[in-house]
Amino acid sequence: MNILKIDFAGRLITLITLAIAIVWAFPLYWALVTTLKPEFEVVQPGLNLLPKTWTLEAYTHVLTTTKIGQWYVNSIVVSVAVTILVVIMGALCGYALSQLRFRGRTVLWFTVLASFMVPIQALIVTHFVLMSQFGLINTWLGIILPQLIVPVVVIVYKQFFDSVPKDFREAARVDGASEFNIFFRIYLPMNWGVTTALAIITFIGAWNNFLWPFLVSTAEETMTITVGITQVKDNFGVQFARNLAAAVLAALPVAIAYLIFQRRVTQAIMLSAGIKG
Amino acid sequence: MYSKSRDSWVAAAFVAPFVIAYLVLFLYPTVRMVILTFTDAPLIGAGKWIGFKNYVRLFNDAAYLNAVWHTFYFVLLTVIPNTLLGLLFAMMVNRQKGYLQSLILAAFFLPYILPVSVVFRIWEWIMDYQFGIGQYAIEAVVGERVAMIRNKYWAMPAIAFITIWWTIGFNVLLFIAGLRNISQDMYDASALDGANRWKQFRFITWPLIWPVTALVLTIQLILQLKIFDQLYLLTLGGNVNNTMVLVQYIYKQAFQLNKGGYGATVAFSLFAIIVVVSVLQYQALRAKPR
Repeated sequence: MNILKIDFAGRLITLITLAIAIVWAFPLYWALVTTLKPEFEVVQPGLNLLPKTWTLEAYTHVLTTTKIGQWYVNSIVVSVAVTILVVIMGALCGYALSQLRFRGRTVLWFTVLASFMVPIQALIVTHFVLMSQFGLINTWLGIILPQLIVPVVVIVYKQFFDSVPKDFREAARVDGASEFNIFFRIYLPMNWGVTTALAIITFIGAWNNFLWPFLVSTAEETMTITVGITQVKDNFGVQFARNLAAAVLAALPVAIAYLIFQRRVTQAIMLSAGIKG
Repeated sequence: MYSKSRDSWVAAAFVAPFVIAYLVLFLYPTVRMVILTFTDAPLIGAGKWIGFKNYVRLFNDAAYLNAVWHTFYFVLLTVIPNTLLGLLFAMMVNRQKGYLQSLILAAFFLPYILPVSVVFRIWEWIMDYQFGIGQYAIEAVVGERVAMIRNKYWAMPAIAFITIWWTIGFNVLLFIAGLRNISQDMYDASALDGANRWKQFRFITWPLIWPVTALVLTIQLILQLKIFDQLYLLTLGGNVNNTMVLVQYIYKQAFQLNKGGYGATVAFSLFAIIVVVSVLQYQALRAKPR
């Protein structure tokens, strides 16, 4: 009798869980299905879960009348560059902090840790001044540079390099390998998993970044897609389907990256929160 | 063999890229921000040294004090609900198995990886006063249609709700990792002793998950103090003054009103607030619940 009762409660919780999950995901479905409806159908009242007329008009409109292709190129260049630079700089610095003994090491380590305190949003004014002095407003480099400070990548790499057994290093040193060889041939390949995880999360972060790219690109031609789809407006009527179609296109690369590398994304999130997974 | 000085050169080569980027793009802008707060400089160009005038102005600026208040109001609306809901959802996901578990987790996590502009477009559409599907839900709860974002009272709660919808996946993930570290034996043993679900939660889950809860609270608090993106985008259509938050006020002063010096002062105050709040929270969370 008692067992039956517990089972009933458990099933009820599962049902509630499912209901909440469906409600939570519904906005995503609703946005997606809206993009496949013609604009006049979009504004009809009621909950029409499927389009009466299926159409890609919203997508063709966005692709042909906005600079979305250019924004895509900008986003890809910026995100790839940020990812590569952040990962390389982080790995090199993390390796030095973990494996090399040099003057200023402790100072550097505490500087990296302390930089968590300064919110990057508080630096927008001076970043803008600096970029305009470099003549980098409305350029790819201007969008990229201020995004390069990601101390958590250094910290994660240091932790992982710390846990590589010292024997590998000693053996390589005896064989006469240089530090660069040890780094590129042993430490980096042994931690490919971490590198992939950090690279994916950095890419998603750079792709999704809004505030800085929004401030530094004022010309339509240099906007990233995240900024572009919010800043450029058509001048006529209701256009929910079109706006959402642009949004779907903007979300596509990160959604795909997530679906392919699900486990790595999860791992990277744990790592950056300080949980070694 | 390797000499000491040679080692230093090698180390320098390894740390150089990061250190140079750090000095130019982080340390210098931070120092420069502090210096700017003592000038009346425009966004671009030099200004006069005016001592502490910007700071005095800060405390007499009603719009600034409002922005501080709105920021803390937003923190209040998001941090604790987002953390507790995150724990609840994580426990719900954790009970499920296999395929169903991945599916439910995906439903909670997917919004988190979306760019803010996409989140903005989705909710602008759902909450639209005339055509939004969310108005059915709003009518059911409030009794009438409400243009949430343009409404003086509803704007902040609505934006907080959207923020929770968007970011809860992060908290759910951390809590799931924490829950998996709690040994099943504890639950089995307590079940033998006749503990019900609530007692299991109260005396096993809650105390053992507390380190993760404290971590999530800390991350959330610092994150939400820096709120800008979604709030800025959602209020593009109006109601800016009722929802102005600190980062937005930096943007307004420096970029819209061309007051670089004063904008930097607001930015510095945000930095100071984050430091003070983190220290206070660190002290508060060191205490363990019983």
